[in-house]
Amino acid sequence: MKNAYPTWFAGFALLLTGVFVLLPSVLGFGFAFTDWSAYSKSLHWVGLDNFATIFDPSNDYIGAIEHTALFTVATTVLKTVIALALAILLTSGIRRLAYLHRGLIYLPAVLPVLVVGIVFRSILDPSTGLLNTSLELVGLGGLAQHWLTDVGLTIWAVIGVDTWRGVGYIMVILIAGVLAIPREYYEAASIDGASGRQAFIHITLPLLMPVLAVTTVLNLLYGLRVFDMVFVLTNGQYGTSTVYTIVFDNFSRGLYGVATALSTLFFVVMLVLSYFVIRVMSRSEAA
Amino acid sequence: MQLARALRTGTLNLGAGGASLVALTPIYLIFVNALKTQPEASSMGVELPAIPQWANFGTVIDQGKLVSAFFNSVLYSVGGTVLAVLVSAFAAYVLARNRRRRHQVIYLLLIMGIAIPTNFVTLMKVMQVTHLIDSQIGMILLYAATQIPFSVFLIYAFVDSLPRELDEAAFIDGCSPVRTFFAVVLPILRPVLVTTGILSLLNIWNEFLMPLYFLNSTSRWPMTLAVYNFFGQFASDWSLVSADIVLTVLPVILVYVVAQRWILSGVSAGAVKG
Repeated sequence: MKNAYPTWFAGFALLLTGVFVLLPSVLGFGFAFTDWSAYSKSLHWVGLDNFATIFDPSNDYIGAIEHTALFTVATTVLKTVIALALAILLTSGIRRLAYLHRGLIYLPAVLPVLVVGIVFRSILDPSTGLLNTSLELVGLGGLAQHWLTDVGLTIWAVIGVDTWRGVGYIMVILIAGVLAIPREYYEAASIDGASGRQAFIHITLPLLMPVLAVTTVLNLLYGLRVFDMVFVLTNGQYGTSTVYTIVFDNFSRGLYGVATALSTLFFVVMLVLSYFVIRVMSRSEAA
Repeated sequence: MQLARALRTGTLNLGAGGASLVALTPIYLIFVNALKTQPEASSMGVELPAIPQWANFGTVIDQGKLVSAFFNSVLYSVGGTVLAVLVSAFAAYVLARNRRRRHQVIYLLLIMGIAIPTNFVTLMKVMQVTHLIDSQIGMILLYAATQIPFSVFLIYAFVDSLPRELDEAAFIDGCSPVRTFFAVVLPILRPVLVTTGILSLLNIWNEFLMPLYFLNSTSRWPMTLAVYNFFGQFASDWSLVSADIVLTVLPVILVYVVAQRWILSGVSAGAVKG
């Protein structure tokens, strides 16, 4: 009997992802070891030269890796904590308005990153921006800052804007997680005289762990790959360079070999991470 | 007791209202400043315009070449989405029904793109060799490819939850696999196809790096890249920049308002098994 589910059905999708997603990554392993650039027609094998450039302290690519790590950890923690608080808030019995609030808080996540970046460049403007003028209005003018040009502070401004944009996404997932917890648990707890805080610590939090694992993974994967938000807000300047702004920088300067080497190095890091992601995902599926 | 409850509800509403306000303010800023004169909008303030400057929209449509950009955006997002959803449904269906080793490997290869980043540098090489640089067909194919991993992931989970008997019965009745897929399976998949379709539509509409890398001709630029370019040219004129942004995000917000239910369910579907 013929197969009802012929494998060639998967061929179209595999062809498209193969050519545009997988092939470029595979090619990276070859071009990473060449002096491929916009300035010469021929390619030469240069061994590990590009990787030496990456780890050369005078180029401060290590700084970019540090910024990426800080951005990733900070946005993951901030988004998780705020989203969890909002998810609890919106599932605590204000049913009618909760849908409206959920919809509004998610709204920033459907906007183009480009637009978010441009608007916040105006809001964070040191002299005319809404943030500083509001601070002055309420007598906190001393807190006004050069948010997007002050090395050391700017990365936090970028983290803040990205949290504003992304927190609704995590919140929507956590709300679904909270609503999936059977109500009977809470009823039993309240009959036993448990307080709201006890119910949160002993029921909500433990049962939400698989979902929190998923959102953490999503946050980490997003943070490590961050590019467009930084590109629009600061173009990687003032202490906000990340791995992908460095890749872009080399790319736009025509240094394709170095750009590919850094991309490929990071591809390997993400591949290892994805392995753990799939394990976490399949565990939450089993739960 | 009654008072305590009212107080609690009040506090909860206040907290949620505050969060919504923080989420909305920047969006409000764009809309209100789009209607101001250039001097009025110079600080991107919260004040309403003295006289709404509706002509701003005409100006940006002209100067920002937004008519062609709009149709390019529609072409890329609709074309990319239709292609991505169709081939993803095709693939997810057979991969969810066959569980041999080779199918699991294909599934893994397809969804790997959710996690791994695009290597833009070598992708440029691929685009050059395939003559897809600076081409609209190239953009559609590329965008479709970027949306396949997550689409396959969502549709696969949905197919998995459907009883096998549905499609097996059709096949045994003499339908070919292709006919079974189109006549029986595709209609049942409708809810998940709508969800993946809308998510993909928004993703492609909002994206601006691919055209930045791979499109040279301004006549092929989508809305986002037109905004990017416009911002570079008129950075000091926030009223025009805002008007340009409004025209770019208005379709997004409309789709969001209409399709919120599907978007929010799709977002959490991958992460929460209910």
